[in-house]
Amino acid sequence: MDHASYPGLTLDRVSAGDELPELRHEVSATTVILGALASRDWRPMHHDRDFAQQRNGTRDIFMNTPNQAAWLERYITDWAGPRARIGRYKFRMGDSICPGDTIVFSGEVQGTETDDSGCGWALLSIALSAAGQEKTRFSARVALPVDDADNPWSRTGDRWRP
Amino acid sequence: MSDADDHSIGLEEARGWIDVERHAVAGEFDVERGYFLTACAAVQNGNPIYWDDQVADALTGGPTAPLTLLSAWFRPHYWMPGRDAIPLPWQTHFDLKETLALPEAVATDSEVVFGDPVRPGDRISSVETLRSLSDVKTTKLGTGRFWVIDCVCRNQRGDWVGTETMTGFGYRKG
Repeated sequence: MDHASYPGLTLDRVSAGDELPELRHEVSATTVILGALASRDWRPMHHDRDFAQQRNGTRDIFMNTPNQAAWLERYITDWAGPRARIGRYKFRMGDSICPGDTIVFSGEVQGTETDDSGCGWALLSIALSAAGQEKTRFSARVALPVDDADNPWSRTGDRWRP
Repeated sequence: MSDADDHSIGLEEARGWIDVERHAVAGEFDVERGYFLTACAAVQNGNPIYWDDQVADALTGGPTAPLTLLSAWFRPHYWMPGRDAIPLPWQTHFDLKETLALPEAVATDSEVVFGDPVRPGDRISSVETLRSLSDVKTTKLGTGRFWVIDCVCRNQRGDWVGTETMTGFGYRKG
């Protein structure tokens, strides 16, 4: 099947050193609370400012980990398109992200590779920053179609090696 | 030696947990689309594989849930009848704190690997395994031990849908 009608990148259009376009978003209390509840995180530091300030010592309520991951997923597929399939990601969080912050995702392609099953991969390094400071550093391994006929989502079993 | 200096407390017991499955959690509800579209809306994720049936049918063989929502499917309800306490995610992390008498702990690194897609109607379960426990280390936070815990997630057919790995550092200040 030809999947060329779906927008997005194929592996041959991606090279080490390519920069991903920035994504900016003004974080509100709704951003933090909706993201926490959508990921079923009921802990009070993500919706109760008094608790966050007094118990966690943070400026305000702050974005939970799965919410940051959800923004990462959106950032990657905004760039690569719906045929892109994230195989794995790794991250290290530094400082908190609170309402009033403007978050900025930026990223770079570290390399590309094709595994023994023929699956194409882009290796990404992505920073999540606010106020000019890096808050979280991600790395991700993302399957991209190798041509218009390829679809990483069709891979299962031994043909999916994330 | 005071207790504050004794890093052998609970060590034998904790080492016995390495490579042993613990804290199996069964999802309490089926994966459903309205829920995961709320999650997409929360981050304004317009990926058509989540919103457009035709695209989902063509690319992913039908609707799938956002990959990064994986842990949500086995998080317990905030409240349910007959239950007094909410089980904690990463219970092994908290068990290690208590058993090793390390009052503070942080997650330093996390990694998630995705297997088969999660689909509406699936029921996701998870199980934790302690993979490693370090020798005593001193960092700027304090003195304690690093540990690595896997949380393996499967659907109701037993198919692997993902693994979350967390590196933690439990420590005593100073």
